Amino acid sequence: MIGIARPIAMLAELTHRCPLSCPYCSNPVELTHKAGELPTEVWVDVFAQAAAMGVLQVHLSGGEPASRRDLEELVAAAAGAGLYTNLITSGIGLTRDRLLALEAAGLDHVQLSLQGTDAAMADAIGGYRGGFDRKMEVAGWISDIGFPLTLNFVMHRRNLHQLPRALEMAEEMGARRIEVATVQFHGWAIRNTGTLMPTLEQAREADAMVRDARARLGGRLVIDYVPADYHAEFPKRCMGGWGSSGFNVMPDGTVLPCHAAQTIPHLSFDRVQDRPLAEIWYEGAAFNAYRGTDWMQEPCCSCNRREIDFGGCRCQALALAGDASATDPVCSRSPHRDKVRALADAAAADAGAALVYRTFAPVP
Amino acid sequence: MMEATDVPSLPRGVRTRFDDVRGVWVLLAPERVLMLDEIGLAILDEVDGTRDFGTITAMLAARYDAPADRIAADAARFLGGLRNRRFLDVVAA
Repeated sequence: MIGIARPIAMLAELTHRCPLSCPYCSNPVELTHKAGELPTEVWVDVFAQAAAMGVLQVHLSGGEPASRRDLEELVAAAAGAGLYTNLITSGIGLTRDRLLALEAAGLDHVQLSLQGTDAAMADAIGGYRGGFDRKMEVAGWISDIGFPLTLNFVMHRRNLHQLPRALEMAEEMGARRIEVATVQFHGWAIRNTGTLMPTLEQAREADAMVRDARARLGGRLVIDYVPADYHAEFPKRCMGGWGSSGFNVMPDGTVLPCHAAQTIPHLSFDRVQDRPLAEIWYEGAAFNAYRGTDWMQEPCCSCNRREIDFGGCRCQALALAGDASATDPVCSRSPHRDKVRALADAAAADAGAALVYRTFAPVP
Repeated sequence: MMEATDVPSLPRGVRTRFDDVRGVWVLLAPERVLMLDEIGLAILDEVDGTRDFGTITAMLAARYDAPADRIAADAARFLGGLRNRRFLDVVAA
């Protein structure tokens, strides 16, 4: 275990159930049904194990975590284990009373998603009529109660022009921070590449808007920005480096190094019901597959950025270059960079396609 | 910049905690963790939401027997960084 850092953060995907059906959902294409979700007591034990191995923050997510009736109990258990608790929510399913109960349970922070800055856009993207109005009501309760708030604006071809309004809304809601995250192309989003991928011009426009806003709002609103990696020079440092600072626990107990890791078919994953969490982190095959730099190929191995971006995203390398150990093809130094350009061009030509929303497969 | 009369405080959702697994003090903030060194911890120990910046630096200078202007510069840099990240509220007197 020498050389393997302790994890700092855990993403707990409590459920895949969600009233929204966003076409870029980061959940896997094969969603877990309610019957397959971990029961309360297993989550409670997982939080205790996580705290004991050095995890400091738990991000309670989904799906929509408010779809779990035991959310308040889970927050209390995580807070009781000493974890900093963050709720990542669309707001749908929260009431004022539930928020007060979450406050009493020790919830530290709320991250609220924003699909668009008006009902027409937000409800079209979320696939849920009335969702935007509900969300605005919930945002009001969140600020009345005084929860620290981060707004999360997932940005893509269709709503990128709404970024200025999203920044204003963050200020109006009293958010301290906004995440402006350009959509990532994994899973569901790959089915919507044409409709969602920003054009190069849009990506540059977003860069400029963020730069200006940071200069204007410094000290008032923190802007965390995830640019469109298809139009970037270097890839993103996925998860801060594979198996280096955090992990995800899925609704069925599967532990993943990143959201999309299950798209790499040769990896095998452990479940919290079968193996202690610490063992999964330090010894699990999937976690050790792409830890550090030993697995790298050229041009990564001799690259001066190998410990800055760790070769980028393994899932994207597999999806685009056909090899999960390859350099992330969005990297300007990747020999497969032309595939990214071709994909971006194809996307631009397919911009009018209808959105494919996420759905559950029928219960077998 | 921090003025002597500015009163810094940690807002809701930001707190220090001893991480007994690693044996270090940390600052927990929304979706962020900062490992604190001795200096950062010493500064934050004096931030109680009532003391102003001048009082804080005077206390630190006395405790560590260091020149007040150097302490003030270090503390201003550290607290200013937290303030820019919205990990610190500052009320001007």
